[in-house]
Amino acid sequence: MRWFHVDRFEVLEKNKYARAVKCSTLGEDHLQDHFEGFPIVPSALIIESMAQTAGVLAGFTYDFAKNVILAKVEKAEFPIMVRPGDKMVIEAWIDEIKPEGCWTHSRITVDGRVAAAASIIFVHLEDALPESFVFTDTLLGLLKTSGVI
Amino acid sequence: MPTREEIFQKVTDVMVDALGVDPDQVTMDAALVRDLGAESIDFLDIVFRLEKAFNIKIPREELFPENLAADPRFVKDGVLTADGLAALKNRLRFAETAEFEKEPKVSAIADLFTVGLIVRYLETKVA
Repeated sequence: MRWFHVDRFEVLEKNKYARAVKCSTLGEDHLQDHFEGFPIVPSALIIESMAQTAGVLAGFTYDFAKNVILAKVEKAEFPIMVRPGDKMVIEAWIDEIKPEGCWTHSRITVDGRVAAAASIIFVHLEDALPESFVFTDTLLGLLKTSGVI
Repeated sequence: MPTREEIFQKVTDVMVDALGVDPDQVTMDAALVRDLGAESIDFLDIVFRLEKAFNIKIPREELFPENLAADPRFVKDGVLTADGLAALKNRLRFAETAEFEKEPKVSAIADLFTVGLIVRYLETKVA
């Protein structure tokens, strides 16, 4: 992961469940023109938050020994808009995990209301890669700082 | 034991969910890539959904073997040699290869992965 759209991981249960938070702020550049005078978090970035949470969960299940790559997003829904100042609580569950891939579903709530939901599939690249370009030292440091690993 | 028609119906549901196609597009002869627009990741997803739908385990590469023409001895000028064709038929036991054998181009191998191949494979798994 080269950048983060998650602020903090709160729960990381191997092969099962993860919970993270992301706080939206008007200081983020993309909210200046999405949309001008009416800032809302783009749906693509909301998916990114769910993908990062679920992807880290998948990676943790294999002790970060595999590179986990987002492959497919299905049935994404965005019932309400996410606005500056909102705190997104991102939850992810593993439906199935195998050496070659992982099937997950995720949900984001803001103040207890569902703001987004999606099913996301990841593939696991072969272990032959010399080093992880997904789970970088920076990311692992974030997880340690969060106290979840 | 489910009938071929029952298996086909479940496979159709899987294709509709995995590939976002209309049920009418799913026929026994439909090739996953050419006719239904499947991409590489979809093969993994289809296997997962078939396992759930039929409550079975599908070992890796059993239904969708990979690298069917990777051995340079099996290919000459973009066409499978006799040995290459024999090796392919051995690994793709549920494919209908009669037409393909007339001109076994490597570029046409993907067309052998049809809905019918999946149905015939599943008939042996759920028997």
